[in-house]
Amino acid sequence: MNNKFTRRTMLQTTAAAGALSTIGAPAFAGPKVGGRLRMGLSGSNTSDTWDSRTHTDYYMITMGHGCVFECLTEVLANGKLSGELASSWEASADAKVWTFNLKKGVKFHNGKSFGADDVIASLKMHVEEGAKSAAKPIVSNIAEMKKLGEHQVQLTLNGGNADLPFLLSDYHICMYPAGMIDEAIAKGIGTGPYRVVSFDPGVRTLCKRVDDHHMSDVGGYFDEVEALGITDPAARTNALMTGQVDVIDSVEKKTLPLMKQNPAVQVLEVTGNMQYTFPMLVGSAPFGDVNVRKALKWGVNRQEMVDKVLLGHGAIGNDHPIGPANQYVAKDLPQTEYDADKAKFYLKKAGLTSLNVDLSAADAAFGGALDAAQLYQNSSKAAGININIVQEANDGYWSNVWLKKPWCACYWSGRATEDWMFATAYERGVPWNDTGWDDDRFQSLLLQGRVELDSGKRGDIYREMQKICSEDGATVIPMFANFVDGYSSKLAHGPDVGNLWKIDNARVSKRWWFA
Amino acid sequence: MFKIADIIIRRLGLGLVTLFFVSVLIFISVNSLPGDFAQEILGQGATPEAVAAIRAEIGLDRPIYERYFDWLFGAVQGNFGTSYARSMFAEAWGSTATANFNTVAQQLEPRFFNTLFLAGLTAVIAIPISLIFGIMAALYRSSFFDRVVNVSSLTSISSPEFFVAYTLILIFAVLNPLLPSLSNIHDDMGFGERFERTLLPALTLTLVVTAHMMRMTRAAIINLLASEYIEMARLKGLSAFRIIVVHALPNALAPIINVIALNLAYLITGVVVVEVVFVYPGIGQLFVDSVKIRDIPVVQACCLVFAAAYILLNLLADVMAILSNPRLRIPK
Repeated sequence: MNNKFTRRTMLQTTAAAGALSTIGAPAFAGPKVGGRLRMGLSGSNTSDTWDSRTHTDYYMITMGHGCVFECLTEVLANGKLSGELASSWEASADAKVWTFNLKKGVKFHNGKSFGADDVIASLKMHVEEGAKSAAKPIVSNIAEMKKLGEHQVQLTLNGGNADLPFLLSDYHICMYPAGMIDEAIAKGIGTGPYRVVSFDPGVRTLCKRVDDHHMSDVGGYFDEVEALGITDPAARTNALMTGQVDVIDSVEKKTLPLMKQNPAVQVLEVTGNMQYTFPMLVGSAPFGDVNVRKALKWGVNRQEMVDKVLLGHGAIGNDHPIGPANQYVAKDLPQTEYDADKAKFYLKKAGLTSLNVDLSAADAAFGGALDAAQLYQNSSKAAGININIVQEANDGYWSNVWLKKPWCACYWSGRATEDWMFATAYERGVPWNDTGWDDDRFQSLLLQGRVELDSGKRGDIYREMQKICSEDGATVIPMFANFVDGYSSKLAHGPDVGNLWKIDNARVSKRWWFA
Repeated sequence: MFKIADIIIRRLGLGLVTLFFVSVLIFISVNSLPGDFAQEILGQGATPEAVAAIRAEIGLDRPIYERYFDWLFGAVQGNFGTSYARSMFAEAWGSTATANFNTVAQQLEPRFFNTLFLAGLTAVIAIPISLIFGIMAALYRSSFFDRVVNVSSLTSISSPEFFVAYTLILIFAVLNPLLPSLSNIHDDMGFGERFERTLLPALTLTLVVTAHMMRMTRAAIINLLASEYIEMARLKGLSAFRIIVVHALPNALAPIINVIALNLAYLITGVVVVEVVFVYPGIGQLFVDSVKIRDIPVVQACCLVFAAAYILLNLLADVMAILSNPRLRIPK
């Protein structure tokens, strides 16, 4: 072989380089099929199953919907709603009667055809006697499920809900084959782009691509998908840095600068709806007084918390739970900032010169909750507010502290729609309303927005609700935490990346490919 | 030999009593941790109704002594029950299930095998190294070699396990990509790949356990070197190496065997940190996972395995110590 550099080889190499530069960045090149995607994911448990009703941790959320199973609808990377197993849908004027048309020719992994019966059986799973489904509140609002044809279902709601198609994209509401749901849960039989080859709960899952999948033109590009449960963040980082996995979730913020130096690794960072909160029970003094709540809201240094607790990987909150991944987030509301004088002013208005309150916190609420509580203690001192930090046990935090102690630390992963978020934790009398806060105007707007199909009007309604929350609500929301994940430079994804959940709404296996 | 059989039977009997007390202790302590299985598995979603429903389903609403004797009754018949997590999804894992991991025993078996594999590989590396280095250190005591061996083994034993693990990962996986940093072994792997993936955790554990065994070997031998029969041997003009290996070592075996047994037991019961760092699916991870969600049947079974490992290895050490000592071997 002659290695001499001739004019001819010179021309060849430059031509190739030229061609490459005109093709452009690989991110915009078309998806390629093939390869084994290896993921190192947190949140795997030996108690994991293919029962999507019980999915709460990231590992099963990723392997469930969008990989082995599918939902009726899907929130795309750009935040728009699209059909996954439904091809189209329409609502009656009061958003009470919904008709879904289903895709034809879809098959489960065991060969059974997908149709209206499967939808009805899969929805009923969540409301059957003794079911422990997190999606029960959504499905129990459906009064009647009617099969109009093999590929058409009609859902009649108790109360109208304009968000129903959005709600049906929830990762709990996967579609199972009717009549063999037990078997499907045991073996992992869905309609998703990958079928289960082996499943060792808490350790490893291996899936293979389904041939001729109904969405093969828009997703499911890998030959195989392997997911390892890696709980230790350092082990996850090592695995990615040494090329043993292609994707990891939840990178430790401290190691980010090192990771960014590695050219084989990319960092994916998006601000979603994940929020760290401090809910106050309005039923216990002094939190019933709106001026005390305002004093506490003005007494927290939000930017400092983002900088020190999240190391800058987040955004400040404005005491309402609507985040950047929501459609109608009101960015123009006046921002509550750190102002000791204002806090003092509201304290005075409440008839107080100083305030002593207990704040219960543990790192079970969110990583760094105790640090955040200390920052809060420090910043509010200048306003005459003495926060006594009660360090609680991590074990049993959600049973013994949250909803029980007058003021505590908490987190919410947020919801895809405004109504869903408000209905989960802010509506009058719902079990997870973690403050007991109740406002007539807010409540009536909530019901109004729920049945409003006009997007412009909904925007106005939700804007006002966010304003009420921010000014009067009983939850201090100082910050939104970014999702920070890492992936191999060999992987490519579309122009947008979803911010509803970690790593592209947990749909890496469906949407990404090897460049 | 009659005496040894007698000792074994008596010790096994005592071992069973120990296991019983361990199981009572573990049952009580896991139950006295804040939060139970229902609350831990539901997390933020632990509404009183949901908690009550789960408790009723897996029988957590019954009094503690009733649950314990239920478990004990099954355990003495070799039935360690079903984990709470599995029984909560019983309808999903019922007759149609692939029968994988349905009972605690089935869940434990592959993990236990993995743990034994790691412990075995570590032992195969660590025991010869400690014996050889211990003997050499005794042979050349107070020499430069002795000091180097002492300082380096003390350094590795004084560093926390995770630190040793990360240092090895840095050297052998990141800077010189020779070995994988992940030890995610699974059933489809052949022996070669399994061996390669287990090597780094095994080396970590080797560094952690070697110092103890090596220093005991060295100390036991040096202790004997002052005795009269060694002096006699030296006066006969035997080489230093022969004196140590043929004359001193057989008499030093009892304490060495004891330390080896203790370290082997540690390799089976105490390697949770190394398992987590290397993502090695051993019994330790299962144990920690289960304590986290208060899955008492699995916790109980893991603890029994741990306790049994200690009891059996200690018994083995004692028996071997007796066999190695002619004065104890012959009953009076």
